[in-house]
Amino acid sequence: MAANETTFTSVSAELTPEDFRKIGVDEKQAEIIQRESISAWKDAWQRLSKNKLAMASLVVLLLIVLAAIFGPMFAHFDSSTNDLLNTNQPPSKEHWFGTDDLGRDMFVRTWMGTRISLIVGLAAALIDLLIGVIYGGIMGYFGGRVDAIMNKFSEVLYSIPYMLVTILLLVVFEPSIGTIILALTITGWINMSWIVRGEIMQLKNREFVLASRSMGAGSGRLLFRHLLPNAVGPIIVTLTLSVPNAIFSEAFLSFLGLGVQAPRASLGSMINDALTGWMYYPWRMLFPAIIISLTMLAFNIFGDGLRDALDPKLK
Amino acid sequence: MVRYVANKFFYMLVSLFILISATFFLMKAIPGDPFMSEKKVPPEIQARLMEQYGLDKPVYVQYFKYLGDIATGDFGISMKHQNQEVTDIILQTFSASLKLGLIAIVISVIIGILLGMLAALYHRKLIDNVAMILAVLGIAVPSFVLASLIQFIFGEKLGWFHVMGFDGPLDYVLPVAALSAQPIAFIARLTRSSMLEVLHADYIKTAKAKGLNWMAIMFRHVIRNGILPVVTYIGPMTANIITGSVVIEQIFGIGGIGKVFVECITNRDYTMIMGVTIFYGVLLMLARFITDIVYVLVDPRIKLTGGKEG
Amino acid sequence: MRRKTLLTLLTMLLVVGTVLAGCGSKNAGGGSKENASAAKDQILHMNLSAEPPTFDPAQAQDSQAHTVLNMMYEGLVRLDENSKPVPGVAEKWDISSDGLKYVFHLRKDAKWSNGDPVTAKDFVFAWQRVLDPNTTPAPPYAYQLYYIKGAEEYNNKKMTDFSQVGVKATDDHTLEVTLKNPTPYFLGLTSFYTFYPVHQSVKDNPKWAADPKTMISNGPFTLTTWTTGQKIEVSKNANYWDNKDIKLNKITMSLSNSGATELSSYRSGQLDYAGMPNGEIPTDQMPAVKKQLQNELNLKPIGSVYYYQFNVTAKPFDNAKIRKAFAMAISRQEIVDKVTQSEEKPAFGFVPPGIAGEKEEFRTEHKDDYFTENMDEAKKLLQEGMKEEGYTTLPPVTLIYNSSEKHKKIALAVADMWKKNLGVTVQTENQEWGVFLKNRRSLNYQIARAGWSPDYNDPMTFFDLWTSKSGNNDIGFKNKEYDALVSDALASSDNAKRMDDFVKAEKLLIQDQQVLLPIYYYTNVALIKPNLKGVIIDYAGGVDFTRAYFE
Repeated sequence: MAANETTFTSVSAELTPEDFRKIGVDEKQAEIIQRESISAWKDAWQRLSKNKLAMASLVVLLLIVLAAIFGPMFAHFDSSTNDLLNTNQPPSKEHWFGTDDLGRDMFVRTWMGTRISLIVGLAAALIDLLIGVIYGGIMGYFGGRVDAIMNKFSEVLYSIPYMLVTILLLVVFEPSIGTIILALTITGWINMSWIVRGEIMQLKNREFVLASRSMGAGSGRLLFRHLLPNAVGPIIVTLTLSVPNAIFSEAFLSFLGLGVQAPRASLGSMINDALTGWMYYPWRMLFPAIIISLTMLAFNIFGDGLRDALDPKLK
Repeated sequence: MVRYVANKFFYMLVSLFILISATFFLMKAIPGDPFMSEKKVPPEIQARLMEQYGLDKPVYVQYFKYLGDIATGDFGISMKHQNQEVTDIILQTFSASLKLGLIAIVISVIIGILLGMLAALYHRKLIDNVAMILAVLGIAVPSFVLASLIQFIFGEKLGWFHVMGFDGPLDYVLPVAALSAQPIAFIARLTRSSMLEVLHADYIKTAKAKGLNWMAIMFRHVIRNGILPVVTYIGPMTANIITGSVVIEQIFGIGGIGKVFVECITNRDYTMIMGVTIFYGVLLMLARFITDIVYVLVDPRIKLTGGKEG
Repeated sequence: MRRKTLLTLLTMLLVVGTVLAGCGSKNAGGGSKENASAAKDQILHMNLSAEPPTFDPAQAQDSQAHTVLNMMYEGLVRLDENSKPVPGVAEKWDISSDGLKYVFHLRKDAKWSNGDPVTAKDFVFAWQRVLDPNTTPAPPYAYQLYYIKGAEEYNNKKMTDFSQVGVKATDDHTLEVTLKNPTPYFLGLTSFYTFYPVHQSVKDNPKWAADPKTMISNGPFTLTTWTTGQKIEVSKNANYWDNKDIKLNKITMSLSNSGATELSSYRSGQLDYAGMPNGEIPTDQMPAVKKQLQNELNLKPIGSVYYYQFNVTAKPFDNAKIRKAFAMAISRQEIVDKVTQSEEKPAFGFVPPGIAGEKEEFRTEHKDDYFTENMDEAKKLLQEGMKEEGYTTLPPVTLIYNSSEKHKKIALAVADMWKKNLGVTVQTENQEWGVFLKNRRSLNYQIARAGWSPDYNDPMTFFDLWTSKSGNNDIGFKNKEYDALVSDALASSDNAKRMDDFVKAEKLLIQDQQVLLPIYYYTNVALIKPNLKGVIIDYAGGVDFTRAYFE
C-alpha cells in the first residue's frame, strides 16, 4: 500500500519497471489487517492535521473568531460613540486602527463588524446547508416526478427577485440581523440543494450503493451512511463558499441601503462606507478589507483541506 | 429529443406562471406606489393617476388583467418612464448588460478553466499554490472594492481608460475585469477540484497503466469529465453575470438592466418590475435548459432518458 | 512534462496578452486631466445622476428633467443670474394694479426648433393640456397652475368649460392670464417647466417626448440623442431667437448614479461639471476637494432646508417641551463642519436664505432667532416635559431616515449628541424610500428626516405646507391660528402684511410649538472647470447651462 501510494497520487510520474517489485504470496500475511481500524472521521482528521496550510487557516479562523469575541474589550472606546473632533484620524497609539468619518474607533468597530459578519455568514451558511442537503438529497435520491416537481419549485423560487423579497421582509419584520439572515437564506439554500442533487444522482447508481441496497439497507441508511458522506467534498466546497457569499450578499444589501442597521456595522458595510474616500483614508477600508479577505482566504483553504481529507477516494 | 424539449418547455411555462403570480402579489404587498414623491401630489390627481393605470381596482382584478395583457404579448408602458414601452427599455438596457456579460463570461471560462487545469496537473506544487492563491484572492476581494480600486488606478490616476461610460471598446476593459474576477476564481477552483477527482479515478489509472498517450488521456477523459461541473456552473453564472452586475454597472456608470431593475423596485414601477422579472425568469430558465442540453452533449454517461455509468 | 509546459505557456500568454492589451491602450483612449472639450469645440460634459423619466414638460417632476428641460425649452420669462425674471418668450408684460391680471406680449421672432412660430395659442394649448382631467397620465404638477382663475376647478372636473379658465390668447402674440388671488411670485413661476409651451403636433403622438425625432422644442437647445440608461445629448437650436448668445454647441450628459464615480470622472477630465443639483459629491471627499480643487469648488447657499420633524401625535413628542429639548440639544455647527462639510448654514428657522422677502431676502429682514442651542436649558426642559406627562423614564425613541450615506451620518451624529447632551438613547432606523414615505405619511414614526425645497420664490412655499388641510403636512400638526395666518397671507396683495403673517407663522411653528427641528440650510456644492464660465445656479439650486461657455 505505502509503496504504491506515491505512484497513484502523482499522475505526472510515469511508471517504470523500478516502481514494481515482487512480493511473495503469503496466505497468512494476507489475512492480517495491517492498519488498525479507525473511523472515517478520525482518519480524515489525521490527514487534515498533516495539511499545514489547512491547519494554518484553521488557526487564523480561530484567531479571528477570538478577536471578534474579545477584541472590543481591549479598547476603551464604544463602537457607536462619535467624536466629531477626531474624525478620519490615521492609526495612532490611542486608536490602533484609526477613526472613521464620525470619529468612532475603528479597532472596536472592526471587531464588532467581524462579529456581525461572522454571525450572518455562518448562520446563513448553516441554514443553507441544512435545507439544501435535505432538499437536494430528497430530489437526488428519489428522482423521477418528486425530483421534477421539487426542482421546478426551487427554480421558480430562484427566479423571484431577491430585492423584492428582502424589502418585503424588512417591512414585515423589524429590520434586524435575524431578518437579514432570513433574507439571505430564503433563496440561498437552492444552490446547495442543486449541488447535492447532482452528486447524489451520480452516486446512487454506483456499485457500492447497489451492494448496500441489495444487502437490504433502507433509504435513510443509504442516504445518510453512503450517499451523503461520499458527496461531502462538493458540499464542503460549496459551504466554504456560501459563508463568504452570505457575507458579501449582506454587503450588497448595505450597498442598496437594506443591510445591517447603523450604528451597527458589518465588515461589508464598513468597507462600503469607506469606499467613497478610501484614497484619503485608506485605513478605513484597509482593516475591514484585510479581515474580510483573511476570513475568506482561511475559509477557502481550510475548506479545500477538509475536502481533500474527507474524500475517501483520495486516501 | 423533441419530446424532451417539449416537456421541458411545458415545465418552463408552468414555472413562469408561478413566478409571475408570486412576484405580482409580492410586489403589491410592498408599501408605496409609482407616483409617490417627497412633494405629495394633490389627492385628486393621485386618484386620477391610479385610475388611469388601473391601480384603483382590487389586486386580483389587476392580476387577471395583467395576465391577459402578457398573454397577448403586451408588457405595458412603464409607470415611471411614461412615454416608453417596458419592452423597449428592457431591450435597450439589456444590450449593454449582454455585451458586458458575454465578454466577461468568455474570459472567465477560458482563464478559469486553464488556471484550474494547471493547478490540478501541478497538484501541491508551486503553480497550484499560486493559481489557488489568485483564485482565492478573486473570491476574497469583494467586487465593489476591486472595481473601485481599478477605476481609481487605471481611470483616474493613470488615465488609461474612461472612468465611466460605455462608448468605445476600451470602456469595456475595467468593468469586464471587475466582473470576471470572481467567476474566474470560482471556475478555477471548481475545475481543479473536479480534475483532481478525475485524475484519481480508476479509469484514468487504467488508461495510464495501459500506456495510453498523455494527450489522448487528457483530451478524451480528463478534460472532458473534469469540466463537467463547470458546465453546470456556467448556466447560473451566465444569468448571474448578465442580470446581476448592478454594482459594477453602478460604479462604472453603465446603463444596464441591473441598474434599471434596482431603480424600478425603488420607484414601484409595477409594469417594469414585472417585465424585468419575467425577462430574468425566462433568461434563467433558458440558461438552465441550455446547460442541461450541453451537459448531455458533454457527458457521455448521461443519456436523455437518464443516467447510467458507462 | 513538456506537454504540460505547453499548457502553462498558453495560459501565461493569455494573461500577459490581456495585460498588454490593457497597457497598449494608453495612447488610444482615455481622458486626460485637462478638460474633455477644448474651448473651440464648446461641448459641455456633465452627469445626471438619474435618468429623467420623461421630457414632456407637463409630466416632469424631478430635478434632472428640470435641468434638461431648461436647456430645451423657454417659458414666458426666464431667471437671470440673480434669479430675477427677465424676458423669455414674452418680450414685455403688464400687470394690473390689483395684481390679478397679467398681459404677456410675446416676441415675434420666437420659433420652434422646426421653424414654426411660437404663439400665444401654444401656451394656451400647453396649459390646457396640463389641466385637462383627461390627459393621460394625469400631470402631477398640475397644481402649479392652480393660481390661475378656474384652473383648479377645471382640473378637478368641477367645471368643464375651459374658456372659463383665466388663460386667453387675444391674438397670436398676446397672452392674457387672470389669477385667483394676487400672487406676487406668479411672474417668476412662469419660468417653471410646467408652464412651458408645447408644440401642438404632440396631441397625435403620445410617445413624442421619448424620441429626439418628434421632440420639438423652443429653447436654446434641442434633443439630439437619447440612449436609455447611457447618454442624453442636446445640440444648439439654430431656430432659437437668441441663438447669438448661445455659445455651447452641444451638451452631453452621462447617467451615472454614483457620486464617487462622478467625482472621479471630473478629476480625470471626463466631465466639466460635477455635483449638485443633479449629483452629489461624497462627503468623505469634501476635505480633499476643498484642498485640491479650491478654485473649482463652487459653494452657493440655496433656498432649501434640511430638518427633522416630530410626529406631534406620538409619545413622547406630543409634548412641546420635550420637542424643544431635543431641538436645543444638538450642535448644528458641528454637524455642518464635521459631517456634511459643505459650509451649510445652521438653521434655527424654516425659511432659508435666498427666498425673497418684502424688499430683500426674507431671512435678512427677519432673523431666525427662534431658539438657541443650550444643553442645560435642554435638560431642564426635558425634565419639565417629562414631569408634565408623568414619565419617570422617557419612552423609547426611534429616528427614521431614508437610505443615503449623508442622512445616515447626520442621523448618527444627532443621535450621539442626544445621548451625550440629554442622556437619551435614540435608535436610528434606515428605511427604503417607499417604505419611509409611507411611514411618514401615515404618521407611523416619532422623528423623521425631511427636506424641503421651494416651488417658487416666496416664503409661502414653506408655510402652506403645515396648514391643517395640506396634503404634505405629515407631522399631525393642526393649529387654527396658524391656518388663519396662512390664508390671510394667501389672500393679501400687501407684501408687508404677508411677510408679517409669515414671521408670525414661523414663530408659532418653531419658537412656540417646535414641531420641526431645523438643522441646516442647504448649500449647492458643485465643481466647475476653471475655463467653464456662465453657469447659473438659481435661488432654489436649479442649474442653468444655456448661457455657459468655455474660455
